Amino acid sequence: MENRNFKDTGVVLIGGSAGSLKVLFELLPDLDEDLGFPIIVVVHRKAAPDSHLESVFKKHTKLNAVEIEDKMPLKANTIYLAPADYHVLLETTNELALDYSEKLHYSRPSIDVTFQSGAEIFGSSAVALLLSGANHDGVQGLKHIKSAGGTVLIQDPDTAEVDLMPREATIQVIADYIIKPTEMAKFINKLANRIDHN
Amino acid sequence: MDTAVLREHELDSLFQEIAEKYGYDFTLYSKASLKRRVHRICLMDKLYSFAELRYRLIHDPEYLQRFVEEITVNVTEMYRDPIFYKTLREEVLPQLATYPFIRIWIAGCATGEEVYSVAIMLQEANLYDRSLIYATDLNPSVLEKARNGVFSIRHMKQYSENYIISGGKKELSSYYMANYDLIKFDDKLKERVVFSTHNLVSDASFNEFQLIICRNVLIYFERELQHKVFNLFDSSLEKLGYLALGSKESIRFSNLEQTYKKIGVEKIWRKVQ
Repeated sequence: MENRNFKDTGVVLIGGSAGSLKVLFELLPDLDEDLGFPIIVVVHRKAAPDSHLESVFKKHTKLNAVEIEDKMPLKANTIYLAPADYHVLLETTNELALDYSEKLHYSRPSIDVTFQSGAEIFGSSAVALLLSGANHDGVQGLKHIKSAGGTVLIQDPDTAEVDLMPREATIQVIADYIIKPTEMAKFINKLANRIDHN
Repeated sequence: MDTAVLREHELDSLFQEIAEKYGYDFTLYSKASLKRRVHRICLMDKLYSFAELRYRLIHDPEYLQRFVEEITVNVTEMYRDPIFYKTLREEVLPQLATYPFIRIWIAGCATGEEVYSVAIMLQEANLYDRSLIYATDLNPSVLEKARNGVFSIRHMKQYSENYIISGGKKELSSYYMANYDLIKFDDKLKERVVFSTHNLVSDASFNEFQLIICRNVLIYFERELQHKVFNLFDSSLEKLGYLALGSKESIRFSNLEQTYKKIGVEKIWRKVQ
């Protein structure tokens, strides 16, 4: 990454579907506490009333992990988890907003919605990582990240439990990096102190 | 149309213009969601530039009606978050039962799925005949759908499951007639319902209630507007009345925080002062 001109990282967006929780639970424990930016995680999940993903996340990370509520302010060193059955959007006011509009790719939350919104608000300082999954959600979102000048990361499809989503992404979007689960935490930790060569 | 075409300041001035000309005020709606909706209607209606959209809106009052309907989110379900409804059934309705006459306001009812959910619960608690439900929305066309009580059969299986989890006493299907791919709810379920347009942004309080249900409406409002609506609810709620919000909404950071007490884990508060 030394030969690219990076701006400071504004936000890291992670999207995943089938097979992505395993990857998240592998990378979360190794994340540094002082990253200096927020992480927003959108995973497809059942709209079940007894969903305890927030507490499971808390157990896997040193960072503060919260499930998103309406108009929550976006703070550094915090992992924001998309709640079941809501789309997650970012506001210019540096707040998170929820939206209960139509499903996209049969999904709510939809990864595309959050990636696109992140691209609009954070532009070139947005970093998006698309993980394992069984549909095409997230691919359009990565295109928005790319055209806004942000950084596109895709899980190496060969390492994905369900490779449809990352493979489709690698076909449709030129990734900045295709990375394996074992490299992800290290990569995100490096984003914390990358140097602007401008 | 590329979303980049929708510049925030242009949208702001368009919504300012619509508010002045038509009285529909979206200026304090959350921007991110609103922008998505505007982009969506431009795609659907093949409007290729912001200027085209603006021209149509300013010169075609009939189009305005469609615009309002499409940029507001009218997605709703029966017994969404069944545990919420279970709490209503078990904690709130027994308290409401102590009143000789029960008034409930469902604000932002969209196509009415929540209205029928509540009407059924009131029937099962033997409270329906002395209750009156005010079901309001800013869109006349969705209210018309709510009033008709005709819904697609597609979601009924899911609704039935949620109804049972919520503590439903019968079969949900005993409340409707199915005909091919549509169902129609028993007319009795709307006998005690008043469907009426009401805009939370601009209209005043119109009655006093013991229960106000407004779920997943405030998420589309900026904080300033949320505070205004909380005050409207407060002035429309009797002492010891209940306010029920969506599962990710909260009265936190509002004036109501001091005078309302949360009951249980669901987003239901009681006006204690």
